[in-house]
Amino acid sequence: MTNLFNYIDRKSKVHDLTGATKFVCLLLWSFAAMYTYDTRFLLALTALSLILFPLSKIRVKDVSFMLGFTAVFMILNNVLVYLFSPQHGTEIYGTCTYLFGLTGKYAPTKEQLFYHFNYFLKYLASIPVVILFVSTTNPSEFAASLNKIGVKYSIAYSVALALRYIPDVQKEYDEISKAQQARGIEMSKKATLINRIKSAAAILIPLILTSMDRVEIVSNAMELRGFGKNKKRTWYMGRPFKASDILAMAFCVLLVVIAALLNIINKSRFYNPFV
Amino acid sequence: MSNILEFKDFGFKYDAQSSPTLFDINFSIKKGEKVLIAGPSGCGKSTLVHCMNGLVPFSYRGKMTGSLSLFDKETRDLSLFEISKHVGTVLQDSDAQFVGLTVAEDIAFALENDCIKEPRLHERVSEVAKLVNIQDFLDHAPSQLSGGQKQRVSLGGVLVDDVDLLIFDEPLANLDPKTGKQAIELIDELSKKTGVGVIIVEHRLEDVLHRHVDRVVIMDKGRIVTDTTPDELVSSDVLNEKGVREPLYIAAMKYAGIKVTPDLLPGSIDTVKIGDEESRLLKNWYEHAPKETIENNQDYLLDVRNLSFSYDGKRKALDNISIKVKSGEMLAIVGTNGAGKSTFSKVLCGFEKKDEGDIFYEGKDFSLLSIKERADEIGYVMQNPNQMISKVMIFDEVALGLRTRGVCEDEIKERVEETLKICGLWPFRNWPVAALSYGQKKRVTIASIMVLKPKVIILDEPTAGQDYRHYTEIMEFLSSLNKLGITVIMITHDMHLMLEYANRSVAFSKGRIIKDDECAKVLTDKETIDEASLKETSLYELCKKAGIEDATDFVRRFIAYEREVVRK
Repeated sequence: MTNLFNYIDRKSKVHDLTGATKFVCLLLWSFAAMYTYDTRFLLALTALSLILFPLSKIRVKDVSFMLGFTAVFMILNNVLVYLFSPQHGTEIYGTCTYLFGLTGKYAPTKEQLFYHFNYFLKYLASIPVVILFVSTTNPSEFAASLNKIGVKYSIAYSVALALRYIPDVQKEYDEISKAQQARGIEMSKKATLINRIKSAAAILIPLILTSMDRVEIVSNAMELRGFGKNKKRTWYMGRPFKASDILAMAFCVLLVVIAALLNIINKSRFYNPFV
Repeated sequence: MSNILEFKDFGFKYDAQSSPTLFDINFSIKKGEKVLIAGPSGCGKSTLVHCMNGLVPFSYRGKMTGSLSLFDKETRDLSLFEISKHVGTVLQDSDAQFVGLTVAEDIAFALENDCIKEPRLHERVSEVAKLVNIQDFLDHAPSQLSGGQKQRVSLGGVLVDDVDLLIFDEPLANLDPKTGKQAIELIDELSKKTGVGVIIVEHRLEDVLHRHVDRVVIMDKGRIVTDTTPDELVSSDVLNEKGVREPLYIAAMKYAGIKVTPDLLPGSIDTVKIGDEESRLLKNWYEHAPKETIENNQDYLLDVRNLSFSYDGKRKALDNISIKVKSGEMLAIVGTNGAGKSTFSKVLCGFEKKDEGDIFYEGKDFSLLSIKERADEIGYVMQNPNQMISKVMIFDEVALGLRTRGVCEDEIKERVEETLKICGLWPFRNWPVAALSYGQKKRVTIASIMVLKPKVIILDEPTAGQDYRHYTEIMEFLSSLNKLGITVIMITHDMHLMLEYANRSVAFSKGRIIKDDECAKVLTDKETIDEASLKETSLYELCKKAGIEDATDFVRRFIAYEREVVRK
C-alpha cells in the first residue's frame, strides 16, 4: 500500500526547516515557475531544484514512483497541447519557422517546439519541489506550523487526523472489497461501466457506514481529552522558526520578484529568441 | 475517604428516546476503589459510563433526574472539560482512540490541548510512557503496534492528566486472552501505584476477577440489580438470572453439587478454598460425568499442504501451513493478533494469492478458482456486519450474491426465503436492515453467505463484543447450521467459545501452526497456551486444587456435560 504522504525521515538542512516554511516556499516557488515562461529563469530554477535533492538527502530511488507518475502526466499534457493547438508557439512568438521542409497545420515549427520545451521546463522546475516538500515534511510538524502561521488549529489538526486514519480506511476498503467480490460483485474491467458503478456502491456504502461509526468514536475520544477547550493549543512536534527558515522564505520571495522583473523586461510572460 | 463520584436517585432519559435509559441509580466510588460493572447489552452500562465521563449530558443530550456529583459538585453545572480533568476514559476501540500519528503525540494530546509548553510537554510524555511501559515505542505509528500496546497508549493518553477516576470500557474486547490478562494486571498495578479509583465495564467477569476487585455491580434494564463483593456475587444466582456468564470453575463446582458460599472465598480461582469435602464432590462428579462421543468421519473436505504466503516478500505471514478439515467439523482457529489466522482465511478464499503449497478442496486443486468461484464452496463472514451490508432491505441483501450470479428471480425468491427460514429471519423478511439489532444483522450477513450454499463457512470473530445472551444466540445458530452438515471454521480469541462449541482447535503463532488438537488438550497444554497467547482455563487450576491429575480429561468431561446436560 502506498502512503499518500510519503514522509522520509532523514537528517538534512531541508528537513530542519519547519513545515510552514517549506509550505510557503513551495507556494512561492511554484508561483514563480508558473508566472513566467522565461527560459533562462526556468533553466536556473530547474538546476536549483535538482541541487535541492542531494541537499535533502532524498535519492531519486526514494521518490521514483511519484516521479514516474508525474512524467507520464507531463508527456500526456504536452501531447494534448500539441494536438489541440499545434500553432500556439507561432502565435506567441510571432514568427513561423517550419522544420524538415514540412508545411500544414500539424507540421512542426521551431516556435512550437520551443514553446513545448518551456512547458516542459515548467514541470521540471516545480515538480521536484513538490516531491521534496512531501518527502521532507513530517505531517504532524506540518500541522503544528500551519497553526503557527495563523491557520485555525481545528483545521490544521484535521490534516494530521486525515493522515492518521487514511491507512485504516484503505485497509478497510480492501477487506470490504474482497468480501463483496466473493459475493459476486465484479470490480474488474470485465463488467460494464454501469455495473461497475453499481458495484462500487456495494463497497462504498458499508465503508461509509463503518467510517461514520468511527467518526463518532473519534470525536468523543478527542473531546474527552480536551480538544477544543482553549482557543490555542501547543504542539508536541512543533518547532520554533530559525534563521534558516527566514532565509529560505526570503530567497523564495526573491525568486518571485525576479520572475516579475523578467516579465517586465521581456514585456510579456515569454522570452522570445526569435526576434 | 470522600467519594469521587456519587449517584443519588439518579435517572436519565435521552432526548431522542421516549423512555428513560437509567432509573434509581444509587452508586458511589471512592479513591483507590476498584469496581467492576457488568450486565447484558442494553442494560444501560454504556449510558452510565457516559454520565460519569461527561459525554452525558454535554455530547448526548437528555434529561437527568436526581443527583450526580463529582467531588460534591453537580456534574451538570461543570463542563465536559472540567470533568475530563478528573475522570479519564479508556475506550473499547483503542484503535479509534489513537488520534496522534505516533505514540508520543497521542500521549501528549491532552497536554497540547491544555497549552502545556516545552520542556514540560516532552518531560511529562516520557514520564507517563514509562508508567505504562511504552517508552521504547515513542515514535511508532499505530499500525506498528499490537493491540495490547495500543491500549497502553490509550491509557497513557488519559493518565497524563492526573485523573482521580479511570474508566475502562470493555478493555478486553479486542485483546487476545494472554494480553487481556496482562491488561488486567496493569490496571491493578496502576490503581495501586497511583491510588486512583477504577471502574471496569466488562462482561467477561472471570477474566477481570483475575485480580482483586472491591465490588461488582450488575445492571439490568437500566437499574442496578446488585452491588456487592465478588465472593458474595458468585455465591448467588444473580449472574445466571441476568445473563452474565459465571466463571467456569464456579459452574463446575455447582455441577459437582458444592454449595458455593462466600466463606469459600470463591471470587477468584486464586483464593477459592477447595477443602476435602469439595475435592471429594468434584472427583465424584468427574468420575460419573459423561464422556464425549467423538464421531469419526474420515472424509476430508479441505486439504491444505505446505502453504506459505508473504505480504511483502520478506516476512512470511504464513509459513508452511498444513491442515486438513473434515466435512461437518466445527473448527476454531486461535492465536495472537498477527499470527496469521486471518491471512490464512484470506488465502483460502482467494483474497490473497499463495506463494507456495497446495489447497485441495474435495480432492480438486482449489487455487485455480477465482474469488467468486471459491465463494460458492467456502463462504467468508467478516467480523463487523456493517462491513458487508450494502442494501436497504433484508431480502435484497440476502439475494445480492444470487443476483450477481445471474440466477433467475423465481429461484432467487425461493432460495432467499428458504435461507431466511433457516436463519430465523423469516419474520423480518420485509424489514429494512437498519431496524435490526447487531446480532440480527450478523445473522443477515451469515444468511447472505448461506444463500450461495457453501459447504464451509469461515467466520472472523463471530461473537466479538457480544454479551452472553447474544453470544449464545449466535453460537447456537452456528451450531444448528453445523448440524445441517455445514463445516464451520471460526477465527476467535474467545476461549469459552472454543471450549463450548469447537470440536477441534488449531493454534497459530508467527505464521505457523503450533498445535492442532481437541480443545481440551490445547487449553491445558502449557507450552501452546504460552506461545499462542492463550490463557489457561480456570478448570485446570481447579483440578490442581482438588487433586485431580488428568485435567485434560476433566475439561473434556466438563464440555461434554455442558453440551449434553446443561444446554439441551
